[in-house]
Formats: sequence, C-alpha cells, structure tokens
Amino acid sequence: MLGIVRQKMLEQSLKKIPPAVSVLRSYSSAAKQMTIRDALNSALDEEMSADSKVFLMGEEVGEYQGAYKITKGLLDKYGPERVLDTPITEAGFTGVAVGAAYYGVKPVVEFMTFNFSMQAIDHIINSAAKTNYMSSGQISVPIVFRGPNGAAAGVGAQHSQCYAAWYASCPGLKVLAPYSSEDARGLLKAAIRDPDPVVFLENELLYGESFPVSDEVLDSSFCLPIGKAKIERKGKDVTIAAYSKMVGYALKAAETLEKDGIDAEVINLRSIRPLDRSMINASVRKTNRLVTVEEAFPQHGVGAEICASIVEESFAYLDAPVERIAGADVPMPYAANLERMAVPQVEDIVRAAKRTCYRSESREIDSQHCGGRS
Amino acid sequence: MATAFSPSKFAAQPFPLNTTSQNNPLTIPTIASPFLGSTRKLIRLCSSSNLNLRRRSGTVVAVSDVVKENKSKSTPNLLITKEEGLELYEDMVLGRAFEDMCAQMYYRGKMFGFVHLYNGQEAVSTGFIKLLKQQDSVVSTYRDHVHALSKGVSARAVMSELFGKTTGCCRGQGGSMHMFSREHNVLGGFAFIGEGIPVATGAAFTSKYKREVLKEVDCDHVTLAFFGDGTCNNGQFFECLNMAALWKLPIVFVVENNLWAIGMSHLRATSDPQIYKKGPAFGMPGVHVDGMDVLKVREVAKEAIGRARRGEGPTLVECETYRFRGHSLADPDELRDPAEKAHYAARDPITALKKYLIENNLTSEADLKAIDKKIDEVVEEAVEFADESPVPPRSQLLENVFADPKGFGIGPDGRYRCEDPKFTEGTAQV
Repeated sequence: MLGIVRQKMLEQSLKKIPPAVSVLRSYSSAAKQMTIRDALNSALDEEMSADSKVFLMGEEVGEYQGAYKITKGLLDKYGPERVLDTPITEAGFTGVAVGAAYYGVKPVVEFMTFNFSMQAIDHIINSAAKTNYMSSGQISVPIVFRGPNGAAAGVGAQHSQCYAAWYASCPGLKVLAPYSSEDARGLLKAAIRDPDPVVFLENELLYGESFPVSDEVLDSSFCLPIGKAKIERKGKDVTIAAYSKMVGYALKAAETLEKDGIDAEVINLRSIRPLDRSMINASVRKTNRLVTVEEAFPQHGVGAEICASIVEESFAYLDAPVERIAGADVPMPYAANLERMAVPQVEDIVRAAKRTCYRSESREIDSQHCGGRS
Repeated sequence: MATAFSPSKFAAQPFPLNTTSQNNPLTIPTIASPFLGSTRKLIRLCSSSNLNLRRRSGTVVAVSDVVKENKSKSTPNLLITKEEGLELYEDMVLGRAFEDMCAQMYYRGKMFGFVHLYNGQEAVSTGFIKLLKQQDSVVSTYRDHVHALSKGVSARAVMSELFGKTTGCCRGQGGSMHMFSREHNVLGGFAFIGEGIPVATGAAFTSKYKREVLKEVDCDHVTLAFFGDGTCNNGQFFECLNMAALWKLPIVFVVENNLWAIGMSHLRATSDPQIYKKGPAFGMPGVHVDGMDVLKVREVAKEAIGRARRGEGPTLVECETYRFRGHSLADPDELRDPAEKAHYAARDPITALKKYLIENNLTSEADLKAIDKKIDEVVEEAVEFADESPVPPRSQLLENVFADPKGFGIGPDGRYRCEDPKFTEGTAQV
C-alpha cells in the first residue's frame, strides 16, 4: 500500500522521468503513467467516436460525469442521445439495453456497482447470455456490462460482494477483470468490439491508481485478446494466480518472497470466462506449486475452478496441495479492522506461498483466510 | 372493482398528463368498493351467480372515439374490405388449428416440456400483428406460437421447433417458449413474465436511436410488446412504462388480459384490476378494448401503431380476452368456473368474424370453408415436415453459444478451442 501512496505523490512531479518504483513491475519502456480512470475514459471515448452505434447507459453517467467519474466529459462530447442518464431501474434499463443490442446497436451499460446488477441479473443471464444460443445464432447481443466490483473501503455488506464467480459460471457470457491501465484499456476496447455479452468487472479502489503505459497501449486501435492471461512476473518456484486488485497484492507478496529465496510467478488472469487454463497449467507444470488469490467468497469461487482445472490436467505435476486464498466466508463487516481481516492481505499470500514450499510452521493462524479450510 | 368495466377510456388526441379516466355512470353501484384484497369479500362477491358475466358484459366496451364516430355514420362504411377480412380470418384459423394440433401432438408425445396454447386469444394477435410491416418487431411471452405465425414465421418452422428438430426456426435450440426469427423480427419468446417488456422497450429505443443518432431518417419501426394480466403487477412493467413515456418510444404495450395467471385470478392479485388506467399514471393513453372481437382490436391497434409511427409515443392497450384451454398443457384447469368458460366460448373470435363477414356480404360460406380446408392442409403438412426432419446433430450442442466462438477460450494445446477441427464434431473436450 505504501508503494502506491508514494507513487501517487510522485506521479505529479515525476511524470516524464521513468519512475524508480516501476522497477518492481515488469513493464517494458514505461514512458507515461495513466490512471485506470483515464484508461477507461479514453477507451470509451475512442470506441464511441469510432462507431456511432456505441452508446452509454447507466445511472449518473451523464450530467454527474459518472458516479466514479469514469464517463467524465462524454456527455459534452457525444450528447444526451448517446450518453443516457437512466432512472433508478436496473432491471428496466438493462432489459432496454439488451433489447437495443438485439438490433445491433452496442450499448455499454454501467452499474453503479455490480451489487446493483443483481436487480438486473435476469436480463444479463436470460436475455443476453442465452439468446444467441436460444435463437440459434440469429440474434447476437453485442453488449457490455461494466462497473466496479468487489470490496471498497468501509461500504458494508451490501456494497462489497465480488460477482466474478457468479457470472463466470454462465455459458454465453464473457467475463473480464482488468488490473492495470493497459488491461483496462485493452480489455474494454475488446469488450466493446466483441459481438457477445461481456461482463467487465472493474475495481473501485484501483480507479485512482496509475500504471505505466507504453505508446502501443495509447494507440486507438490497441486491443487485448479475450481469454488470454498475462504473466506479470516470471518465476520458477510457485505460481500465484490472481485477478483485479489481488494481482497488485500478489506482486508485492512476490517481492517479499524473493527476499526469502522463493521466486514466485504471478499470473494476472485478465479473463475469468473463458479462463486461460492452458497458461495456468503450463505455469504450474513449470513451478509445481499453486496459490490462487481472490477477494470473493471462497465457496464455489474462481480459485475453486482453477484448482479443479489443475487437478484434472496437471495432477502429477503438483508437489503440494493447491492453496486457495479468498475473502472470509462472511458478509463484509463494516468496522475497519474487521474489514481488513475479511479481505486477503499481502501477508496471507506470502504465508500461503511458503506453505506450498513447505517453509511455513503451521496452518491454524491462517484458517480464516484459507478458503474452505476453516 | 368487481363492477362492469367502464367503457370508453381512450383519448386519441395527445393525452394531457393529469387526466384520469372518468368512471362511467353505468357501473353497478352496489359493489363499489375499489379494494378487493380480502378473500372474504371475494367469496361474497362471487356467490352471486353471473357476477363475472355482469362485470364483463358483452355490451359495448371501450373503443376509441374515432371508431365511435365511424360507427355512427351509415353502415356502408365497413371496417374492413373483403381481402382484409379473408386475411384476418385465415390468420385466426391458422392460429387455432395450429394450437389444436399442438395439443394433439403433445398428448402423442411428439412435443414435450412446457407448451402454452393461445386458443381463444387469436383476435389480439391477428388484430395487432397484421397491421405491422416486416421490419416492425414483436416481443412476446411463452405463449408465443401464434404471435410468431401471425408475424410470418412459417407453420413448418414453428412446428419443427416444437418437435425439437433441426429445421425449426431456432434449429431446435429454443423450444416452445423461445421463438426467435431475425427475418421476421420476432424477438422471442421469453419464459419469465415481464422479461420481454424491457427488451421490447429496447427494440423501440433502437428504432428511435437509428432515426436520431444514426440518421436513418425513414426509420419508423414500431415494436409491440405482448404480455398478460399477471405481468402487470411486476416491477419491470412499470419501469418500462416510465421509460417509454419519458423517452417517447415507438412502442405499444399490449396486455392480453385473460383474467388468469395460471390459477391466480386477476382480481385476487391486483389492487386495481383495471389495467388500462395504469397508462395515464405514466403519461400515456390507456385503452381498454374487447379482445374477443378482431375488428375492434384492429381499430384500436391502428390508432396505437399510428401514434407510435408518428413519434407521439407509447400506448397501453388492455385487451379483454380469454384462453379456452388451461395455462399450459400440463394445467388441469380446475379453478375456472365452467359458466365463465361457456360465456367466453360463446364469444369465440373466429365465429364472430365469420358472422360479420357473411352478414355483411363480404364473402360466402364456401369461401370460408375453403380457407378452413387449406389451413388444415398447411398444418398437416407442417406436422409431416416436422416428423420427417432430422434431430439436431451432436455437433450442434456447442454451436451458437457465442457469436464469437473464441469465447470458449484456449485449449490445452494453447490455441483457441474453436479452431480445433474436432470442436464442431462434438468430440473435442470442452
């Protein structure tokens, strides 16, 4: 966390100089810094100017400039016909967007947080995800559902759930979870251009973080492939697979582990559905140990799916049981110290990695952060 | 409000936002309580025989003012021409014959799952859909066979779909409740009630978007959303009434009020059973029309669709109709009063149209019989076609999940799964 705070302060004054802190991340020639917010805003802007069929719909996306300022400036640029402020009616406007998508226009629906998408989940699953199949290819639904997902800071149980696992279990949907600005830009552009329904899970706490971006990323035709994960840090001792904010934690854990002589490989999943099983398996076959990290509830989560995939395909390569790090199996508490305990921290990842390397003492300390092992 | 439906609640002119419908002085004064929440009241009211009949009398119910003017002129001004009349008749007979054949096929085991039949409600489908162009769209519920047929999907395609064959309109992947046709702009077929209404609102939104943003100036496509009385208590219905009126979308909300939602009577479920009144609350006109009379429905439909095409916004049309069969073929239909059923059977829309055509010398019995025979042959042929069609091949299971099949992800060999030649054979592991 300290690294990020420091970076934000440096960002203003040291924009032109390749920041010293970026040595921690293995990006190439990082000349420019870009926040996730700017990355998303620029991606939306470029896609909207390239294709007049793309339009935005959501609560407060227009005059308020976006509940989290992601859509800032777009109303002025494209007008109220393409940036629509909706009434507070998730089920209604999601259905309206899906119906519009049936006709080939490309809505980008913003949920203020994905918790509110539960009111609209019928349309996301039944009207959007399943339609191409039910109509046998006659009607495709080129729609993007985006918004912040997962825990924020002190917002309580009803505003903190992570929906990656729920949406990723449904065929017909593509589910993406970016981590860095490069991910955010590339994946959002790919999502908008994609002819299928895409659930784009952002993270509120990452919006203000900046990441180095290369010129290639800033190009308006930059796009990342859906379904491919990224190795953020190469290693040989243990694989740590994570998505969204947890990738940042995993990278920090990797630094700590390095001091203890454990060389961790960090995989940024990027795409929860389809899951890049081949990359994860290839990595585990190299390192023989796996730790999955997610912020969500442990049962039936993304980590469980990865674990099952490894056991099915690379069982003989495992030298230790797979460790699942997930959020605590409780609705998110409000008190700050409880909230900290309910979400994985860097130390938990470090401990789990050490356990897979048989370097750790005992398991009991970690019971509240270890998925199903309570 | 177990009293007679007050007729004439429609204003063809732009509707002033604050007007509410006036109560007709003909309402029966004895049972004036607007709240029918308690079952006790319901029992007391229902004990009087013919209660339902009195409440939904066969006398003149709401028609638009424009139509009333027409009728007050001399009779040579008929509502339809001979060609139109025969077209309407043929469409309704097709709907009826098709649904009857569905029932037969279901009991013979050729059709399975949930099948919801439309017998008795043909006037609504025919009255509305026959006024549409090909590019206009229709969104329906699970009771969608006849909507698809009226819109132009061939009987063969619908029957094959019901049999689950690969020649069906959705190649057997949709089924009875999910009829889609891109060519005829039938946008389904939704199993959840209320689910189709926002989708229809979205289709209407696209029509407006195309005109205003994409600059296709002659785009005046209208969308019809069909749904039932039970749906009118669902939140999505109200959300869409609001948005459609707010953004003046070219949509007509057609309520097929057949009084029953499976076994739940509309009166037991709704605080104010007069659904058309919910339109003005959101700033759009609300009309009530006799849904057993195709000509009346057609007149109201002309107004409503015309309004939408001209850009004047949405309309809510409540069609009082009845389904002669149960909710679905699995419904024993024990709760409905036989007297009520008999009352509506006497108002069969097909018989009524037949009577109208013959009495007004638009056609002869022989012509109509010829149409009946032709339709029987069409339906028989559809069944034969469906019978002989092949079932979907194994490779079809994984098709069409995504428009871009890269969505299946990357296989163990590092390439996209969809590029594996075995993928479409259905033998690749997914």
